[in-house]
Amino acid sequence: MRVKPKTTELIAKILIWSAAIFVLAVLSFIIIYILYRGLPMISWSFLTEIPRNMGRDGGIASPIVGTIMVTAVAIALAVPLGIGTAFYLAEYTKESGITRVIRFSAESLAGIPSIVYGLFGFIFFVIYLNLGWSVLAGGLTLAVMILPTVIRTSEEAIRAVPQSYREVSFSLGGTKWQTIIKAVFPSAIQGISNGIILGVGRCVAETAAIMLTAGGALRMATSLFSPTRTMAVHFYILAREGISMSNAYGTAALLIILIFIINVVSNALVNRFMAKNR
Amino acid sequence: MSKFRENISKYIFLALAFSSISALALITIFIIINGIPIIAEVGVLNFIFGMSWAPSHGEFGIFPMIIGSVTVTLGAALLGVPIGICCAVFLTEFAPQTISRIFRPAIQLLAGIPSVVYGFWGLLFIVPMIRNWFGGPGLSILAGSIILAIMVLPTVISITEVSILALPRNYKEGALALGLTHWQTIYSVILPSAKSGIVAAVILGIGRAIGETMAVIMVLGNAVAIPESILDPVRTLTTNIGIEMGYAAGTHRQALFATGIVLFIIIMILNATAQYVTRKKK
Repeated sequence: MRVKPKTTELIAKILIWSAAIFVLAVLSFIIIYILYRGLPMISWSFLTEIPRNMGRDGGIASPIVGTIMVTAVAIALAVPLGIGTAFYLAEYTKESGITRVIRFSAESLAGIPSIVYGLFGFIFFVIYLNLGWSVLAGGLTLAVMILPTVIRTSEEAIRAVPQSYREVSFSLGGTKWQTIIKAVFPSAIQGISNGIILGVGRCVAETAAIMLTAGGALRMATSLFSPTRTMAVHFYILAREGISMSNAYGTAALLIILIFIINVVSNALVNRFMAKNR
Repeated sequence: MSKFRENISKYIFLALAFSSISALALITIFIIINGIPIIAEVGVLNFIFGMSWAPSHGEFGIFPMIIGSVTVTLGAALLGVPIGICCAVFLTEFAPQTISRIFRPAIQLLAGIPSVVYGFWGLLFIVPMIRNWFGGPGLSILAGSIILAIMVLPTVISITEVSILALPRNYKEGALALGLTHWQTIYSVILPSAKSGIVAAVILGIGRAIGETMAVIMVLGNAVAIPESILDPVRTLTTNIGIEMGYAAGTHRQALFATGIVLFIIIMILNATAQYVTRKKK
């Protein structure tokens, strides 16, 4: 029996709509549930007190500081490297053997699982460079991990800058360097910032790589060489070892709110960038 | 002077551009030199096809973990890929603007949520649900597959969506003008033309699933055994490293790096295939 095209059309439509609604429902369920259980936990003292009793009592001040420090190290290294790579790819060279190798490396780095970054960071930064489990070792590992994100978004932003900007700069006698710094970079800055924001998001969400490189100390990190844990690692340890479900929910809720804010900022940047370069 | 600065800046950018190449090289070298000794000692075949993992007794066989990774990933792909492609078609072809304006940021949020949160949620909901409905411990291949299926959705959806949007408009217009219905157009023109992008999406989604650690560490049960059904607990290559790296030393640590080598090779093959598929299209 041949099914009428109208009937298949209807069935397909129903299937596709239900898939979309299903995905939205699952996502809302996860987020609402975590926020519902976690938000009541978040208070001023939760944010400002150091965890006591393995995290059973007290707040999450030291994991918050740990997250900020590790992320700052990662950004401080990945941003210059990533933007430099993006400028090289977009402005200084045509497609060639060398750009293919650079692209292949960046895309491969993007696909490497975080646990492998953890192994690498542990053996290279913690052991070989003798940094120990520390903010620095964790941050450097994350820097390598977010490098592809920064490269890709920056390159897209640079390529989106209209060619006429460069031509005007050259016609006024600007050199390549001046053109890049004075004409291209300011126009691409919002797109580039978006890459940085996305990198921050990945650092905040990362667990496996940091667990193996930053240690997991609960006390407040005082220098780049202190061991520390980030909020995601703290959450994992609380939840897995059943130390405190309520504090785990609180930490998870804070993580979700952070990621949400990061996404909102990122979208705002992209929209402004698109509007400007239309 | 300015000429000098021009040259300097060019070489500085070139040097910065080498960062990702050197990072990839360092990762490859350090993982390999730390894992190779134990593989050499045990033998490649014994390591990969060995059934027993007992580091304290010097037994290093990762075959159960390979089976674990493959089954959990396969399950995730079977569940996640069709839903992901449907969502991408929904976004590009059916969604009213108001809905797609909610849907896209929602998918983005889905991609950003820390994987440990998914694992935790799975432990609270999926695991008990499987235990009550199907029996068994609940900590199982099925639980891991469901969590990973949710987690690979953003990858599958966004790459599929991009490849559909990249199609020339006249493909669709031509098909509709020939009298095809909307669904016939999607099924017989749009999806086949976007095939290479969809294949890349599926491969990269599989790569994400096979490399994920923290989400599955909580829901798989982590038993080192060949599973007999999808309701059995398993351990994957990633969780093997994640669980034991904290306390491993000596040959045990080397064996975890060797596990990392196997994982690394699988991922590099998947990456290279995905890159090849996307390149060929251009």
